[in-house]
Amino acid sequence: MTDNPNNWPLWEIFIQSKRGLEHKHVGSLHAADAQMAIENARDVYTRRQEGQSIWVVPAGAISSSQPDDAAMLFDPADDKTYRHPTFYTMPEGAKYI
Amino acid sequence: MTDVQNLEERFQAKIDAELKIEPKDWMPEKYRKTLIRQISQHAHSEVVGMLPEGNWITRAPNLRRKAILLAKVQDEAGHGLYLYSACETLGVTREQTIDDLLSGKAKYSSIFNYPTLTWADIGAIGWLVDGAAIMNQVMLCRTSYGPYARAMVRICKEESFHQRQGYEIMAVLAKGTPEQKEMAQDALNRWWWPSLMMFGPTDANSPHSAESMKWKIKRQSNDELRQTFIDRTVQQAEVIGLTIPDPRLKWNESTQHYDWGEIDWTEFNNVVAGNGPCNKERLAARNKAHDDGAWVRKAALAHAAKKAKKKQAA
Repeated sequence: MTDNPNNWPLWEIFIQSKRGLEHKHVGSLHAADAQMAIENARDVYTRRQEGQSIWVVPAGAISSSQPDDAAMLFDPADDKTYRHPTFYTMPEGAKYI
Repeated sequence: MTDVQNLEERFQAKIDAELKIEPKDWMPEKYRKTLIRQISQHAHSEVVGMLPEGNWITRAPNLRRKAILLAKVQDEAGHGLYLYSACETLGVTREQTIDDLLSGKAKYSSIFNYPTLTWADIGAIGWLVDGAAIMNQVMLCRTSYGPYARAMVRICKEESFHQRQGYEIMAVLAKGTPEQKEMAQDALNRWWWPSLMMFGPTDANSPHSAESMKWKIKRQSNDELRQTFIDRTVQQAEVIGLTIPDPRLKWNESTQHYDWGEIDWTEFNNVVAGNGPCNKERLAARNKAHDDGAWVRKAALAHAAKKAKKKQAA
């Protein structure tokens, strides 16, 4: 995004495809304000009944982790297999567990 | 027809059509209030539930058990957070919700007002307390309020190891020395009845249930869930050679369910009213943690403000 005030700012678009499901990130677009972003998102991202609700978030409001930090952030989970149910051996014959 | 009547009918029609209610939808004030109460109580239970288990982290019998218990308590903290944020979508602030817990105004599950006296209690909690909670939570994955249902799906996925690790602890103790087996049996004796109480009052004495069922916040009654839990757990106890502490427990061929004894409702009401073995201790521990953390919250804000100022200057 440029800092030129004459350019429309960038918005990240989240679409909820069905009631009960989460809003999922689908992409982004430029618009003058939030209302226009919603209207444009309707046209850009939901032409084939993909959505029933739209969230728009100024792209600058999103902070992201850095790719270089991925190992530091996510590797520690690799050796914690005891967080999964399959780690445990259940006594033979036990049901519903 | 008034506008509100019209809105209520449309709301109920959505529920009847199995459509989820989302935060921006119109909803009856009572539906909103009921959900705020239920979701916040649920969140508080996750958070207070860390205390009885946290009691054994430093005394876990080996490194494997310690790592597992740490991971489990860590999950409970996460589950509390998912639920607090689902609660916030109903228009109540995080601060208010936490204040209600700390002041004693809000309730949490009474099961956490019982003490964890031995290592076997950690097994019994995973097997029975998490087992009972899972029965309830699996039902809540289909609750009518979208953000609550989504939080429950996540929680259920993560909880699936909690019950198994507890049952594993019990199975190992039950196969150990006579003293170890006795310890496991003693834990089962103490946790069995409080676990059954987790499902709440009987259907006949549960005044809000009918409305919650109509709104599909709940989909099964307290008594139905409790019976399913008993039917499943008795077999699990048999497999590891432990005895359910209920002399009236008996398989009933005609109903295809277990018949069982009577819950001590006086004890239940007493613990709910604040007179359980650990009510005061739990609330004091939460208040202390909150107060002791005050400077950390303040420092983090000050640091963020300082960084923002620096960035502005640059």
